Amino acid sequence: MTLSTREIRKRAFVKPSEDPLWLKALLGAVAIGFIAILLLLPLVLVFKEAFAQGLEGFWRAVADDDTLASVWLSLTAAAIAVPLNTLFGIAAAWCVAKFDFPGKAFLVTLIDLPFSVSPVVSGLVYVLVFGMQGWLGKSLADHDIRILFALPGIVLATIFVTFPFVARELIPLMQDQGRDEEEAAATLGASGLGTFLRVTLPNIKWGLLYSVLLCNARALGEFGAVAVVSGHIRGVTNTMPLHVELLYNNYDYVGAFAVSALLAMLAVLTLALKSLLEWRYADELAAIHRRH
Amino acid sequence: MSAIGLKIPLLRSRHVLPGFNLSLGFTLFYLAGIVLIPLLALVIRPFTLGWEGFWTAISTPRVLASLRLSFGMALLAAVIDAVFGFIIAWVLVRYRFPGRGVLDAIIDLPFALPTAVAGIALSTLYAPNGWLGSLLVPYGIRLAYTPWGVLIAMVFIGLPFIVRTMEPVMSEIGQEVEEAAATLGATRVQTIFRVVVPMLTPTLLTGAAMAFARGVGEYGSIIFIAGNIPGVSEIAPLLIVTKLEQFDYAGAAAIGVVMLAASFVMLLALNGLQGWAAQRR
Repeated sequence: MTLSTREIRKRAFVKPSEDPLWLKALLGAVAIGFIAILLLLPLVLVFKEAFAQGLEGFWRAVADDDTLASVWLSLTAAAIAVPLNTLFGIAAAWCVAKFDFPGKAFLVTLIDLPFSVSPVVSGLVYVLVFGMQGWLGKSLADHDIRILFALPGIVLATIFVTFPFVARELIPLMQDQGRDEEEAAATLGASGLGTFLRVTLPNIKWGLLYSVLLCNARALGEFGAVAVVSGHIRGVTNTMPLHVELLYNNYDYVGAFAVSALLAMLAVLTLALKSLLEWRYADELAAIHRRH
Repeated sequence: MSAIGLKIPLLRSRHVLPGFNLSLGFTLFYLAGIVLIPLLALVIRPFTLGWEGFWTAISTPRVLASLRLSFGMALLAAVIDAVFGFIIAWVLVRYRFPGRGVLDAIIDLPFALPTAVAGIALSTLYAPNGWLGSLLVPYGIRLAYTPWGVLIAMVFIGLPFIVRTMEPVMSEIGQEVEEAAATLGATRVQTIFRVVVPMLTPTLLTGAAMAFARGVGEYGSIIFIAGNIPGVSEIAPLLIVTKLEQFDYAGAAAIGVVMLAASFVMLLALNGLQGWAAQRR
């Protein structure tokens, strides 16, 4: 057996920081196997079960009135929660990144707090404020204002669990970019809003889009926090994830997996867009990744 | 001299840029209204019963069993995720192969997939008649509807925390150290275990702590697969929901306070770990 010079050269020099082939094969197989069984299999199962009775069964489940009501409710809650959290994220990043004040590090820690709180606890706090035995329960009932078991409660719970998303991505990004450009614009007579729109926004737009994307995915998919405050009224206060639970517990597996498939498509789309943004705008997003 | 030194920071703090009061004011208002005041409502609630009432509420066998299950399984899940997450991050950072980008994107699936969807999918998968559950039946192993179901769901949701924490650090550490070790006669396996792993330990612990914190609080993906038998496979967040449904607000709040305290401890531990990891680098 003769070897070409190219093959000999390839064999002769193996970079010392490179794993031997057997180790590569072993670790590669473990990694791919683990991802396939733990992550990929559940995703495949969702789509298979959703179409277990063909396209027609899937369509019947999706076009059901209660399902459509849950889709509408989820979209409404996200449409209120995401813009509010985006506004908050921009405000928080602006004051943290562009100014110095005492207690800044503590403020940033507090902003991160909702991430480390259990979703169920996130819902519980609103029950304790607005519930009948809660702080404001009695006076709200007297004025016939419904917060719990209605849209406002669902929106509040959604805002709580998605609270840090935009802020924690924008803070490192805007800190990384410093203040020079904004200060120059301000010195040259630009208004505050003009400075933000013409100088800051172009610099952070991809990071902003990235964080809004993730915030939106979580807002549409939140289960635990919303479950506590929603009251589970079919067709009225059931969001999509809650509707999945209801259908599943009623042994309507095709229905449950059909709604799940809608949410899974959204998740896959989110991941695809996220990867695209990470790949296309790697430089702009670098500050975010250094922190994660 | 000192006058100039004093004057410049003063000038800066006079804010060349506009919007400080507005942005900080809105931030504090929103933070207090959405997060801090409601959390305060939680913290003081159990103590309407006094310390003793608080203690009685959390020291029942059922509550203690649920806390033990949530914390114990979250710890075990974090260890499993640490091992496999380390290997996956290593493969994704160090090896080049077709499909690597797709594999890397899939890691975030537990972040993007709603927990209820993950829950019913895992439950169907590991049920005795499911794709994976049916393979284990001949060996007498049952995973779904047992405490092990809790573990599976926690491993699922915790994995991306490890991989995403490890990846940037792994690609940053210089390969010169590994080359030096090889030059000095270490085998590749020795280099990995004696040089690479120790360098990455603080980062691995940071990721594991995040996975642990997430596992302790997780609800949606667990309740479908766990079976939810009180005292056996009932997690603490589920017990909060159960107590709320029975209008035992103080009892629910008592468990909530314990979990909130755990969150605070984890947050502090994470800050410490991240400091350590930054030092090591």
